[in-house]
Amino acid sequence: MSETTVAVHAATATPTERKLSYGEAVNAALRRCLAELPETLFYGEDVALPGGVFGVTRRLHREFGDRVFDMPISESAILGSAVGAAMLGRRPIVEIMWADFSLVALDQIVNQLANVRYISRGDLAAPVVIRTQQGNSPGACAQHSQNLEAFFLHVPGIRVCMPSTPQDAYDLLVTAAYSDDPVVVIENRTLYSGEKVPVRVDGPVAPIGGARKRREGTAATVVTWGAMTDRVLAAADELAASDGISVEVLETPWLNPFPDAEVLASVERTGALAVVHEANVTGGFGAEVVARVAEQVGRLRKRPLRIGLPDTRIPAATALTDVIVPNADSVRDELAEWLR
Amino acid sequence: MAHVVSEASPDAMLSDLRQMWRMRALEEKIRELRLGGQAVGSIHLAIGQEAIPQGACSVLGPDDAVFATYRGHTWALGCGVPAESIIAEVLGRATGISGGRGGSAYFTAPAHRFYGENSIVGAGAPMATGAALAGRFDGTGRVAITVFGDGAMNQGAVHEAMNFAAAYRLPVIFVCENNSWSELTPIDAMVGEPELVRRAAAYGMAGERIDGNDPQAVREEVGRAFDRAREGGGPTLVEAVTARLVGHYVGDAEQYRRPGELDQAREREPITVLAARLADHGVGAEVIAAAERDARAEMDTAAAAALDAALPDPATAKDHLYV
Repeated sequence: MSETTVAVHAATATPTERKLSYGEAVNAALRRCLAELPETLFYGEDVALPGGVFGVTRRLHREFGDRVFDMPISESAILGSAVGAAMLGRRPIVEIMWADFSLVALDQIVNQLANVRYISRGDLAAPVVIRTQQGNSPGACAQHSQNLEAFFLHVPGIRVCMPSTPQDAYDLLVTAAYSDDPVVVIENRTLYSGEKVPVRVDGPVAPIGGARKRREGTAATVVTWGAMTDRVLAAADELAASDGISVEVLETPWLNPFPDAEVLASVERTGALAVVHEANVTGGFGAEVVARVAEQVGRLRKRPLRIGLPDTRIPAATALTDVIVPNADSVRDELAEWLR
Repeated sequence: MAHVVSEASPDAMLSDLRQMWRMRALEEKIRELRLGGQAVGSIHLAIGQEAIPQGACSVLGPDDAVFATYRGHTWALGCGVPAESIIAEVLGRATGISGGRGGSAYFTAPAHRFYGENSIVGAGAPMATGAALAGRFDGTGRVAITVFGDGAMNQGAVHEAMNFAAAYRLPVIFVCENNSWSELTPIDAMVGEPELVRRAAAYGMAGERIDGNDPQAVREEVGRAFDRAREGGGPTLVEAVTARLVGHYVGDAEQYRRPGELDQAREREPITVLAARLADHGVGAEVIAAAERDARAEMDTAAAAALDAALPDPATAKDHLYV
């Protein structure tokens, strides 16, 4: 069992809330990290003068000067320099524009970054944050659509999180930047321009880890993360309205450390477990969640269920993605069939 | 050669000879331990290439950083890592410089400015750019040296690092130990332009091809690269031409060698050449012989101590994964 601490803000006299979209929350978190942590650097492709291809990193270069800079289109140089700079006392936050692009430089994440602390017995640390975004969106091609969290989760030595709300987009990034371990923060571009909601921006740095109970229910525990969370919540509401079945939805924005105890406690209450992610099913982290629960739980009322992309490549045309990328309707249908 | 190498004083030459003998004796001791079965795993020796770490490490300052390769024992020794802790690491002992976690090919010694060997060819180059970058912000003005073989010149990560360093004029020295063999394959067959240093111009950085068997030539060229880096002139590629007198790894059958290749290489290898030069300067045979004898005695003692050292505590195998 790994850490299961829930991130909770300590109440202060005058908490500051700002209405921010998910993308604006990321920007605010970067600004806070650069302001509070003088060792922090922020760099990547098109992040400084252009302000990022999604506009998420606007104005940071203007405010923080040389600590925010643009990089050549060289993922190995981005990630490798982050490892080296971290070994020498910096706290780099680097952006990999699309998670798919991390694959061209996976060596620096898996063979280098993840080994720094272990091989040096803690004489060195690698406090690197890798910010990236992933997932399908209309028209995105097969090389800009993948959900790769399981790749990173297979690597001991790095932490992984996938925020879905503006508050978590803010909090998890701040927590990651304060962490002395490497953290991969996987955002989702379909969320960047979402609704502006109040975001607490001056809270204490939240501890790493924790789950979010997004919906109460008794019929089953549905674990999900990332952009799938909103679709699962919509599916759960629809399921309650149409079939009178109420499921508990547990979002796990931290995947390493994974909140095993909270998931297990929920499954013991409901007696059934489904895991929903946008990544394809085989070797997906849903398999790991099911296995961890199966190893520890008594009898379940239902066989566990995994919902995800079928094991296929991802087409660009929406007529094709509509029938393979899980959405609220397809999740509702699968849950209903499973619980019937 | 673009620069005439100045003649070192006999004292300086003798110092180089002693240090290179320490490196040679270290490598030969490790080979003996591997062949004797006390050490296990892949071991890559730098016998014949000692002049490069000796020349380069002699100009390192206290804040500088070295990123080496799996053929890195001699670079670690040059950075000041004690021989005993290197041998103990190779032997998987608790007293090893990384407590047995790195082994022969992946140990690290940051307290000695040695930011590690690396068993992924070329991977240290981008990391060195980061160390240099850090020096821009921490006030040290650190220069980072990354050393790699000719084969690494064909790795994408090295290209990315060179371009990034040149674009941002980072104080990085790329030292290419060109021993003509990319593992078991001749570099000439794997490139369209065998004079590797010519790539420097394409990146917009300084580059020199030097005699990598002459510690003084290495010291002077790397010294110029340090000056350039510290003055804001950006990175340098130093192609140090040398020869590996042993296999790619201990146990390499070396069937790829050309007839007579090693005999010729032995005539030009750095210790033989420097010992002859010292003799020409009137340094006595006994003084020259003592350099070898003292080095071998040091490594005998170090190996004995390493062999006597405890194994790592198995209870610690999972420690230090996270904070």
